[in-house]
Amino acid sequence: MNVWKNSAMDKMGQLSLIVVVGVIIAGLSAPVLVPHDPLAVQMSLRYAEPSWEYLLGNDQLGRCILSRLLYGIRPSVLAVLLVLLLSVLIGAILGFLAGYFRGKTDTWIMRICDVVLSFPGYVMTLAMVGILGVGLENILIAFVLTKWAWFARVIRTSVLQYTEMDYIRFARTTGMGHGAIIRRHLIPVTFADIAVTASSSVGSMILQISGFSFLGLGIQAPQAEWGMMLNEAREVMFTRPEMMLPPAIAIVIVVSAFHFLADSLQVALDPRLRQSGLQPDRLPDQQEVAVRL
Amino acid sequence: MGMYIIRRMLLAVPLLWAISLLNFILINLSPMDPAVVVLQAQGVPSITDELIERTQQQLGLDQPFLVRYLNWMLDCLQLDFGNSYITGQSVWALIGPAFLNTLRLTLVSAVSIIAVSVLLGVLCALQVGRVLDKSVRTLAFILTAIPSYGLAALLVWYFSVRLDLLPTSGMDSYRSYILPVLIITISYAGLYFRNVRSSMLSNMNKDYALYGRASGLPERVITMHILRNSLQVAISIFCMAIPIILGSTVVVENVFAWPGLGSLSIRAILSRDFPVIQAYVLILAISFVIFNAISDMINAAMNPKLRNGL
Repeated sequence: MNVWKNSAMDKMGQLSLIVVVGVIIAGLSAPVLVPHDPLAVQMSLRYAEPSWEYLLGNDQLGRCILSRLLYGIRPSVLAVLLVLLLSVLIGAILGFLAGYFRGKTDTWIMRICDVVLSFPGYVMTLAMVGILGVGLENILIAFVLTKWAWFARVIRTSVLQYTEMDYIRFARTTGMGHGAIIRRHLIPVTFADIAVTASSSVGSMILQISGFSFLGLGIQAPQAEWGMMLNEAREVMFTRPEMMLPPAIAIVIVVSAFHFLADSLQVALDPRLRQSGLQPDRLPDQQEVAVRL
Repeated sequence: MGMYIIRRMLLAVPLLWAISLLNFILINLSPMDPAVVVLQAQGVPSITDELIERTQQQLGLDQPFLVRYLNWMLDCLQLDFGNSYITGQSVWALIGPAFLNTLRLTLVSAVSIIAVSVLLGVLCALQVGRVLDKSVRTLAFILTAIPSYGLAALLVWYFSVRLDLLPTSGMDSYRSYILPVLIITISYAGLYFRNVRSSMLSNMNKDYALYGRASGLPERVITMHILRNSLQVAISIFCMAIPIILGSTVVVENVFAWPGLGSLSIRAILSRDFPVIQAYVLILAISFVIFNAISDMINAAMNPKLRNGL
């Protein structure tokens, strides 16, 4: 695939990719990178201004904000990517089953998807957190349980376009096994759709999950998470409004990087958009437009 | 058309039933025993097995699953959602006023969202590729990347604290609506105007627009034709947006201490008040289904081709 070569045309996409990869690496290697212990309380340094020792200053408990930001990548970004991976995987398996084998399998899987999607995903997540209890794990579980249906439907639609094509029929006639057809002939052509759908939902998922932490339903203190850091900063909004900036800016940078990446990925993977030079302007499906927290 | 409405409404019935069943199963999957929650809420010092058993009997939890489900559903149909485990009040008395408050916020926001996104969408489509189009799209791109709670905090800090113009919280006068509505509008209009814009653009390239222009119709008339056709997509999205906003005002309500469903649901979740959570989920799911049906009906009214699809 010449994805890289094409996305190389798009400077914004390239830059976003660097930001995204950088953030992921920073999150993975947070223990090595952090200048200070993100949980170390130092009351003498409350609301300290940025200094060479503490590049972004200190929060209401004198903790190093930079270290907390770096550790916050784990629940705020890495956990979201994990959820995305899991739900895309489940969605892909069911989507391929439904789209390739059709018939009863298809009907049943799609009925279940309909019921899951008829529940607004966001309310479902709230309900699950209410039932399972407060905590990041429960939010992540709820996200996987509600998001897979959306991916299953999109992937099924994508698979359906190809299953009736002559080259697939030919492969079937020559006695190729189902597994081999899916692996060799279907996954490569549907991969673009899957990648675009998946990448375009990362941004909103990051916002939603950090929103739940902001409400106090996600990760619990003293762990660092961007949404929660914003919530803590909000309490001192009247006296120290600048405390809100570091987590807010971090979220904005990461989410816009994912948005730009999704858009340029779509252009890079769709030859028609590339040739016409049109800006990608997805008509997001109603479910996907869904929730903004 | 009448037949279509009836068929569409019948289609919603099994879905509503599935939702009620799913909702009931979900609550019963909870690792926490409701009896224990009730006892803790009542401040009972030592919770014994005997006490738990008695509470279970009081709550009817000792009956078989299907019996409980049937009882619950019959109660729900009469708007009786039980009593809150925590305060003992009837859930309907808690949820009813909260629902109205949220509905008010939602409807005002929906009107504002529709106005802003149709206006911006049409303007951008007419000016496609020019400065206005590009700047609006870039701005929307940045605004949709800002978490709305961050935006809310920022606006509160500026308008309420620095300038002292608007109230920071509560629901006292029309001025209390300004900031919450503004935030919800920014969050959603930034997404929806793109739908209006791209559906305008795709209609502009259709043959009927070309034909109209060739036969010398004034641009204004052609634009109206295009608008009418493009709004079909937009209408179904707007109809879906209403229940979505209804369910996602949680953050805004929380920031502005709005006495609505969002604040209520968060409180219920934090205190594990199952009857309230259950009623909240049910009400939102039902409004989701209803608005979905309404959007289908409006679309069918506007486009006769769709009426045979069902």
